Order: sequence, then structure tokens, then C-alpha cells
Amino acid sequence: MPHINTHPVLDISHLSVALPSSGDRRHAVIDLSLTIKPGEIVCVVGESGSGKSVTAQAIMGLLPKGQLIAERGTITLQGEDVLQATPDRLRELRGTRMAMIFQEPMTALNPVLTVGDQIAEMLAIHTDLSESEQRNRVLEMMKAVHLPDTERMIDCYPHQLSGGQRQRIMIAQALILDPALLIADEPTTALDVTTQAQILKLIKEMQERRGTGVLFITHDFGVVADIADRVVVMQHGNLVESGTRDEILLAPKMPYTQMLIASVPSLVPPHREPVNGPVALQTINLSKTYQGTGGFLDKGRIVKAADQVNLSLRRGETLGVVGESGSGKSTVARCIARLIDPSEGHILLDGLDIANLPEKSLRPHRRHVQVIFQDPFRSLNPRRTVGQSIIEGPMNFGLSEHDALNRARDLMELVGLSPDALSRFPHQFSGGQRQRISIARALAMQPHVLIADEAVSALDVSVQAQVLALLDDVRKRFDLALLFITHDLRVAAQICDRIMVMQKGKVVEEGATRALFANPQHAYTKALFEAAPGHDFTKR
Amino acid sequence: MTASPSPVADRPSRLQALLDLFRHNPLMMLSAMILLLLVLAAVFAPYLGTVDPRKIGVLRRMSPPSAQAWFGGDQLGRDLWTRAVYGARVSLMVGSVVAVMSISIGLLIGMISGYLRAFDAIIMRIMDGLMSIPGILLAIGLVSVSGASFATVTVAIMIPEIPRVVRLVRSIVLTVREEPYVEAAIAVGTPVPLILWRHILPNCIPPLIVQATYVAASAMLTEALLSFLGAGTPPEIPSWGNMMAEGRIVFPIAPWIVLIPGCTLAVAILAVNILGDGLRDRLDPKIAKRM
Repeated sequence: MPHINTHPVLDISHLSVALPSSGDRRHAVIDLSLTIKPGEIVCVVGESGSGKSVTAQAIMGLLPKGQLIAERGTITLQGEDVLQATPDRLRELRGTRMAMIFQEPMTALNPVLTVGDQIAEMLAIHTDLSESEQRNRVLEMMKAVHLPDTERMIDCYPHQLSGGQRQRIMIAQALILDPALLIADEPTTALDVTTQAQILKLIKEMQERRGTGVLFITHDFGVVADIADRVVVMQHGNLVESGTRDEILLAPKMPYTQMLIASVPSLVPPHREPVNGPVALQTINLSKTYQGTGGFLDKGRIVKAADQVNLSLRRGETLGVVGESGSGKSTVARCIARLIDPSEGHILLDGLDIANLPEKSLRPHRRHVQVIFQDPFRSLNPRRTVGQSIIEGPMNFGLSEHDALNRARDLMELVGLSPDALSRFPHQFSGGQRQRISIARALAMQPHVLIADEAVSALDVSVQAQVLALLDDVRKRFDLALLFITHDLRVAAQICDRIMVMQKGKVVEEGATRALFANPQHAYTKALFEAAPGHDFTKR
Repeated sequence: MTASPSPVADRPSRLQALLDLFRHNPLMMLSAMILLLLVLAAVFAPYLGTVDPRKIGVLRRMSPPSAQAWFGGDQLGRDLWTRAVYGARVSLMVGSVVAVMSISIGLLIGMISGYLRAFDAIIMRIMDGLMSIPGILLAIGLVSVSGASFATVTVAIMIPEIPRVVRLVRSIVLTVREEPYVEAAIAVGTPVPLILWRHILPNCIPPLIVQATYVAASAMLTEALLSFLGAGTPPEIPSWGNMMAEGRIVFPIAPWIVLIPGCTLAVAILAVNILGDGLRDRLDPKIAKRM
């Protein structure tokens, strides 16, 4: 039932949300005003800590009790102030007038209930339909979100579905009672890029058909370009700038917005000279097979995580390995670093095959291959100081503590941190700073090959740009061979000389970045480019 | 760009943290003080107005508590105050030795099983086997084979505790070994023993401290039970368990002979358990948040 009136579905006026006194700032959200009209998608964009999720929680009445308090302002949902609503009234409003979908569809669904039951729960609570009517409504809704084979899927448990299917279930659950407002908090961040494109399309379709107002929270400007009618940019709880999609993306007025948009890597690769250094790393038919632990006589399922992968990487060159989750890109990286043992094939490191070396003879060669991991919060031991973490490797190879510390100090400056920071613990640093520390730790080993395994994926876009620049800088400075694993085509376009696209453990296409982006050959590569969020927008 | 780290204060020292903990939890403070008193009593037993615990004084026979004999005398005329204080020695010794030994052995086996994985399946099946042995039965068996002694009792109580520790350690090691910082240590060539020591062990310590208190409490209880049954501490050494066993025949006439060691045992175990609960709430952040 499309709304004909143009009264806003949601009207937030001068909202301030206070943080507990122990927080690093007074307010999570300061004096925020925004409106959402029926059938409109408003994207709230900001980096971590900008207050965008707190805003969503405040609207849903889900602010953690006693920790975050909406101090001032009103949140008017179809003429009713939700900040004044009683808990009972809020419960009625949720589902019927407003609904929310979350980032992690696995944890947002109850693993011990069938998905059908979870959608039907909404009907059971808010309507008096009989069970068979409920089931029919659920089936109808599941068809509407384009789930296949709904008769069977309605009785499935969440773990039997893929991530994209789970997110569709979440959307079905959120929309089954036709709420006037849908809040989507980073709903596609945990999904692969091709799935993300489908889910974005679905949200847009549902919203157009039902006239729902959508508050879409994201950090990704590509997604904004694909889906937004209007955009609100937030920073540190403040509204920085708001306007239509084209106003914000094409002509941002505020310096912060300009900086954010400038930080988004372009999908158009710059020109790069081919690299002719000596080959530092080569794999020949590298394979990794996992055998499931089957039953007594059943041998279990065999999974080829990496299948006959051939790559070669020169000193001073950056090779991007691009693919979705499960494509085997991380498996290849971990085999090369010998964090897992390859099943077959050869890994030639400066000409020496290290694929099957036992740990003892491998150790001298470990220093030549170093890894930077994705999660900056888990890649440093929280109980050891930054200095201890950095000097651990060099001291394993016989450097004295004094010399190792001197090297660590130089490296800290090189990665843009103060050498005094060596005596501090990782929890005192931000994600971007920790990733710099990880880079310093890797460089302390004076490696020939540096593997960056989704090293910038967990970072905010402005920080990501800085860390990428740092990686490129150290590659040049130390003539490193950089193996860059990523799922993000934009990042790959900017930093890689050559790109290898992987799917289901196999390399499907390989080539110089510019040529590959200009003229992808394989159907899967084309699909990846097609799905990259905001790809139409960049080309304009 | 030079980014300076956020101005967060350094971690408070461990002593400071412990003092804070006690200040916020008076019950824990009380337990700690009771335990401290018990330990002091056990250590300085000969100087606390005690006599020879085996000395029989005819006049003291079943005498109620009085100014001369603070806790009275038992049915043989031995001084109950003396025997209660010396009994604390046995109880605390068994508790602490079993806790330290089973934690150390369990930690070692658990780390090998969880990290090296080579003998994982075999070790864990052996542990399953050990867990299925009832502790009391094993103790009675061991005592009847090798005679009642402190060492026998300790070993008998320790063996069934080890598998619990191994399982705990193994489960922690299995999660920590997948942490990127452990993989980073492997990548920079840190030898396995150092990885275990630097990166894995510190994660096992907090839960093991908590586990140690539970092991100690259960060991003290088991020792008393065994002594009560006559399969524990030999009769010439006073322990709370054999004091209760000897006194139970005359309970209707002289109930304090049973009640005094019974109360000390109950208080000691309660104190250890409260201390353990307090530490768990503090050291396990998942539970601590809910409090």
C-alpha cells in the first residue's frame, strides 16, 4: 500500500544521545535532524564512531539501558514520538511500523528455529491469523524476496542457507507486516560483492513496491551511489552534510565529505609500468585439499580450497589476488607463508622449493615471507607491548635486543608512528595504527615477499587510503614483492600491477590490472565488475 | 603523518587490581582473610598454645571447651585445639599440593594436546578414561595397595582432577592457536616452545587460577571424606576427617568433637569457593559484564 501523502515517515529533530561519563566524548549523537519521506532511501554514511548505528538504535528504542541516553530532541515516527513511547508501545511499533535488518544475518537469526517459524513469529505476535494463514503469508513473502524453492526452504534452519539467502530471510521478516520505515544497518557488509548487488537490488525493489521509507546505514560510498535518494554524512556524532545523492557525491561542500569521497579508490586503474625485477616467488600447481572427517566408512567430503594455482611474483611488483569468500585466495596466501601445509605443488622462494620443507629447515626461510593480517585487533598479542611484538622476529634470528629495538624505532617512524609508542600496549592504538604496527613488525624481518591478506578491509575508508599508500611506499623502498589479497576491486585497481581472479579454488583469469579492468574475459570476472557497488557512478 | 597513540593510561599494576577487587567485594575480602588466618595457623601451629597432638591427657577426656583446653578434649583425652590447628596443615597441604600439581601436569598435557595435536586423540581418550574413575574408589584402592600416607592420598585425589584441567587448557589452546598474532609469531620464526610460553600460556592463566581454587576445595573435601572412611590420612596424623570419624561414636555425649573439625572444614572450603567465584567474576569478562 503505497503512501500517497508526503508527510515524512520519520522526522528526527535535534536528537542528542549522551555517552556514559567514561566515554572519550560526551555525546554519541549531537543535535541530529533528518527526515525520511515515504518511498525514499536515505543513506547515513560515516566512519566508525560517527554515531550512525546509535541513531538507528535510538529510533528502534534499542539504546543499551543505562549506557546511552537520548538527552534531547524528538524522533517522530508517523506522528508519534518514539522517545516518549512506553516499552509496550515500542514493542507494538517494532515490526508493524518500523523494522530493522542487521549486518550479520547469521547471528541475527536464531539457529535453533526454522526460518519459516522466525518469519511467522512476527505474524503470531502482531496479528491474529491462523497457523495455516500465517504459513501462506510467509511463503508469499519468501517468494517476494525471490527465495527459490520456498516450500522446502520454509522448514530450513539458518545454517542450511547461504549468507545472501539469510539476509533475504531477514528482509522478509522485517517487511512482512509492511512497516512504514525500514532501518538497514550495514546489511550487505558481511556479504560477497555479487550477493551484495542482489540484496541491494532487492531492498530497492521492495521499497519501491511498498513505498517504505528506508534508513540505510553504510560506510561504503559505492553502495550509496547504487541505492541512495538522499545522503546524510556524519562524523563524531555530528551531521556534516546532507543532500541528494548527486549533490553529495559529485559536489560535496564540506571538507570532510570531500576527503571521504576522495579517499574512495577509483575503479579506473592508473597507468603502471610493467615490473622487470627478478622473480621472488613462484608457485607451480599449488593445491590444498581438505578432507572432511567423515564417519566410520564414509571418507568425508573432499574440498579443493586451492586447485593447481600457478603464480609468479617479481621483486618490486604487486600482484592482486581477487575473489569472493571461499575462492581460495587466503588459502594460497597461507600456503605460501607456510602457515598451512600445501597438499601438492611447489612454492619457489628465490628459486628454492619450500613447499615440503620440514619446520626445522624451513625456519631460516620464514623471514623472507611476512604476512599482514586482516583483523588489526587480533594480529597483535594484547598482553605484549608493541616493541616486544616487533623485536620478537629479529631476535629469533640472532639480533641483539639493543639492535632489534633500534631497528624497531626506525621502522616506527617509517610507518608514521612515534618511536615512544614501542612501550605501549596494542589496545592503546586505533585500527589503522595497529595495522601500521603490523607492517612494521613484518618489515623488521627484512622480507623479500610481503603478503597483505585483506590488510585494509577492516579499516575506515580514509584510514584505508593512508595504509594503502604506506604499503605502496614500503614496496618501492624495500623492493618488495607484494602479494595483495583482497575482495575489493577498487582497492585492487589502485595498488596492483597485475591481478589474478580466483573462484572456487581455481584461477580463472590473470592479467595486467589496466588490461583486465578494461577488458575482462572470463564470465566470473565480468560478473564481479558488474556487481562492484557504484560502478556505474564512477564511470560517469 | 605522525599519529600519536591515544592518551589512555597504562594498565594498573596487578597488585592494585587485586586490592581494587577486594575493596569492591567485601565477602571475598573476608574469605581471603579467613584463608590467610588458616594458613598462618597451619604454619605456626607449634607456637599457638598447642601441645603434642598425640599426647593423651586423662583429665582432658571428653572435657567440654574451657579456658585450659579451648576446644575441649576428645574421647582419648587429646587436645582438640591442637588437633584442629594441626588438622589445618593436612587439609591446606592436600588442597594446595593437589591444586598446584594437577594444574601443572594438566597444563603441560593440555598444551601438548591442543597445540601439537600429534597425540591429541590418544591423550584425550586416556583423559576420558581417567575421568570415568571415581576418585574415592581409586583412593581406597591405592591406599589398600600402598598403605595410607600423605603422598598416596594426594596422588589419589589428583589423578581424577587432571583430565578436567587438560580439557580446559586444550579448549583454550585450540581457540588461541588460530589467533592471527600466533600465526604472526609462526611467520617470524618463533620456535614452538616460545610460542607456547609467550603467546598461548598467558591466555590459560586466568581460567586456571579459577580452576585451581575449585580443585583445591574439592581436594580438601575429598581428603576429609577419605580420612573419615579410614582410607585417607593415617590415624597418627590429625586431620579434620579422621577427627570426625573418631568422634562420631561419642557424638551424643561430646558433640563438639565432631562439630569443631566439621565447622573448620566447612568454613575453609566455603572461603576457598567464595574466593574462586570472586576471581572468576573478575577474570572471566563474559561473566563480569553481566554482574
